[in-house]
Formats: sequence, structure tokens, C-alpha cells
Amino acid sequence: MLDLQDVHTYYGKSHVLHGVSLEVSAGEVVGLLGRNGVGKSTTLKTVMGLVRPAAGHVRFEGRDLTGLAPHHVARRGIAWVPEDRRIFRLLTVMENLRTGLDRQGMTEPRKQELLEKVYASFPVLRERRHQAGGTLSGGEQQMLAIARAMTLTPKIILLDEPTEGLMPRMVAQIREIIDVLRRDGVAILLVEQNVPLTLEVCARVYIMEKGQVRYRGSARELQANETIIQQYLGVSA
Amino acid sequence: MIPFDQLLVQAINGIVTGMILALVASGLTLIFGIMDVVNFAHGELFMLGAYVGTTIFVTTGSFWVALLGACLTLAALGAALQITTLRPLLGRDPLTTILATFGISLVLQNYALWQYGPVPRKITEPITGHFQLFHIEYPWYRLLIALLSALIIGGLWLFMKYGTYGIWIRATTQDRLMASAMGIPVPWVHTGVFAIGAAMAAASGVLFGPLVGVNHAMGFDFTLRAFVVVVVGGMGNLGGSILASIFLSLLEAFASLWVSPAQAVIVSFVVLILTLLFRPTGLFVPTPK
Repeated sequence: MLDLQDVHTYYGKSHVLHGVSLEVSAGEVVGLLGRNGVGKSTTLKTVMGLVRPAAGHVRFEGRDLTGLAPHHVARRGIAWVPEDRRIFRLLTVMENLRTGLDRQGMTEPRKQELLEKVYASFPVLRERRHQAGGTLSGGEQQMLAIARAMTLTPKIILLDEPTEGLMPRMVAQIREIIDVLRRDGVAILLVEQNVPLTLEVCARVYIMEKGQVRYRGSARELQANETIIQQYLGVSA
Repeated sequence: MIPFDQLLVQAINGIVTGMILALVASGLTLIFGIMDVVNFAHGELFMLGAYVGTTIFVTTGSFWVALLGACLTLAALGAALQITTLRPLLGRDPLTTILATFGISLVLQNYALWQYGPVPRKITEPITGHFQLFHIEYPWYRLLIALLSALIIGGLWLFMKYGTYGIWIRATTQDRLMASAMGIPVPWVHTGVFAIGAAMAAASGVLFGPLVGVNHAMGFDFTLRAFVVVVVGGMGNLGGSILASIFLSLLEAFASLWVSPAQAVIVSFVVLILTLLFRPTGLFVPTPK
């Protein structure tokens, strides 16, 4: 469904992605691992059209996304949950959700239904719906970021380090929501530093180093391969 | 001691001018807040709006048709200007957009001079009556201006607070990239905001036209004052600009009890300088935490 081929991306003069190729099938949960600064977030931003690749192609459902404006990418069914959450801080929780809900082709009952579904996954957001996004705790902001992405009813969510800096209880909740999304048939490309969590929720895993994919395989294979984990991630799973 | 009736007259004068100024300034601050564009052509949109108003007024004879027509025409013109000159400059150095809008202002001003000539045009107010305010005859029309300005600003506020497009505008103001990643067509939001700003400038131009007569340089004075208001109110802060408009106009009105109105303008600049020195984020914004 999502298919990156030999993507090269620059920030100004610094060459960040050196030919990244990866693919995610419909409904699949795929992990993207790697140390800090190897280009994982840039890969997601390139898919979204937030940075334009200098070479290579991003295809989604067979159509070329390369060079498309982010709002067109979003409308094709790709949602982005950024690493720093990027909640609209001065908008209320409800207004944050409306940025995704109020789009063409959405009827009022459909909006209500979707909103109920999101609140069912994140009950705390219903309680806080009239509160400004900036006043939420870190964990609540992460939930709002995921909920906001869900309002787009995406076919795939690009999830950038959703558990970073969260308490274990919150991490468990994020884990649960990944399962819910998977059951709904939403594909996820999960960027994480948390190796055990990634191996648990993902079927397949990519490992990046220096702007390239260096390892690809099933989560089960990687789990058994202590050497690879040590070599690229410097941690033990 | 100043007599009470004079104080009251000046208070009403201050509020009336303040409301018009608020209408001009809110368009300016909206455009700055969302696009980081300092629109030096705002006064010319105001002036051109007034001219378009006079043309429509001469043909139709209706002030209200003129007001509406000028708003729609200037909204379309504003959208066209944004698409052709500002959209390609998005994300560049602010200086580039300042030069661009300054260029637009020169073009529009000279166009107006060429098209309409140097003799001021007249647009007649829709109501001409007066009422007795102590020792003077006060025109009803001035109160109507204040009321209409308040209505337009109130409408804008409701639109920004509850409307889908209002949410798009606020989301884009806060985080352009995230807004676009949520499927919000950011380039069109920018165009729309510029069109709204231009329409509000046109509305103030038509409303203000009957008081001064419409001429090609009428925009200059108002832009200057609107800029003072926008800085004092906190750049990009809509509520702050409105409060600052009324505050400064009241100060000027009261100051003109002692000095001539031309000298009273100095008060605004004193406030501007004090604001820049001691509270550069603006007088009417909450202290940043």
C-alpha cells in the first residue's frame, strides 16, 4: 500500500536520507527502529510531503505522492502523529479534533459517530474537551495527537515515538490503542526507541542507520537475533 | 476643570473613531497573525474600497449596496493579490513581503490617482439626522459607524470561534505544518484570510468615506494609526488590537481637549514608544508564562 523507493532527502545541504526503501501493506503494523538521528522522523515527514525528496519515489495505493502538498497527502488517507505531538495548544481538545473531522464529505451523523469512537478509545479527552490543548499533560497530549489523527479515518498512521517520555501506565494505553487500530484494519508505520514494545506489536521491522535501511525482517527473527539488536540499536531486547 | 459634557462628547468621539480603527486594524492583525505578512498595502485596500463604494453608489444610489459591493470586490482583489504576489514568497524573509506589499501599495495608490483623479469623491451617508448632545448637534451616522463596525468585528469573532474555517485559520496560525498534515489546505487558508482582511478594509473605507471624502491618499493616515494599534495591542492578537484601537482613540480624543487634534496624535506615538520599551509583546496580551 505504502511504498518508498530509494528516497533521498536533504535538509538544506545536509543529506539525511540516503536511498530509503520500505513498504507497508494494508492493515500491517510495521516498526521502524534505529538510534537517534538516523532519519526515521525524516522518513515519515517525507511521506507526508512536509519535506520534498530530492530523488526517489513515495507511492501510496499505486499512485505517486512525491511532490504532493501535505494536505493532499492527508486527504489520500495518511495521518501523521509527530514526535513532539504538535497539539494546537490554543485550540480546545474538541477544536483540535475538529481540524480532522470538519472536512469535505463528512455528514453531521458521521462526525458524531467518529467522535464517539475516538472518545471511547480515549475517555479522558471527553472530560477535557473544552480545555485548551496546551493545558493537557504530556500523556494526554499524546492521546490527543493520536485521536486527532484518527479523526481523518486514515488507511495508515505514521506514528513517531508515541511512548517517548511517558509513564508505564500511559505506555500500556498507547499499546492498547495500537491494537485497536490494527483490529480496525488501519496500517501503522511505528517509529520507536522502545525495542521490546516494537517487537511485541509489529509483524515486521526495519532498522535504519545513517539514512539507510540496514536490516529488514520479521519481528520474531529480530527478537532471536541479539547481535543485530546490539549492533544497530545498542540495547538488548 | 473640563466640563462633564465635553468629556462625554470626547468619549463618544473616541469610541466611534476607535471602532473604525479597530475594523481596519483587525484585518491587518489577522493577516499578520496567520501569514507573518506585514501588509503595507492595507491602507490602499481601505482607500480602493472607498472608491469602489463611490462608483457603486453613483450607479445604484444605495449606500448599502455600495458597502456590500465594495467588500466583495476588494475580497476578490485581495485574493488575486495574495495568489500572485504573496503566495510565491511564503516562507521567505519578512523583508521580502514588506517590500512586496509596499510595492502593491504604490501601484494601487497611483492607479487610484490615474483612474479617479485628484479631486476627492463624495459618498453620501445613508442617514443624515442629528441629535442634541449637550451643546452640539451630533450626527446619527457616526453612531451608526460605531455600531456597524462592532457588528462586523463581532461577526468575525463568531466566525473565528465557531466556524470550521475559523478553526482552520486558528490552527494554521499556530502550526502551519501540522495544519497541512491534518488536511487543511493551508495555501487557500492564507488566500481566504487576505481576502477577509481586504474586505474589512473596504468596509471601513466605505463607512469612513462620508466623513472625510474619498481621495487617493486617505489610506496613509489610517494605516499608520492601524500599525500603531497592532503593535500596542500585540502583533497578531485580534482582541488586543480592538482594545488598543479604542484605548488609543479615547486617549487622543481626551488629549484634544487641551491641544489641537493634530497634536493629540502624538499621544498614540508616546504610547507606542512606551509599549515597545517596556512591554514589546503588546499591552493587551496576557503576560507570557
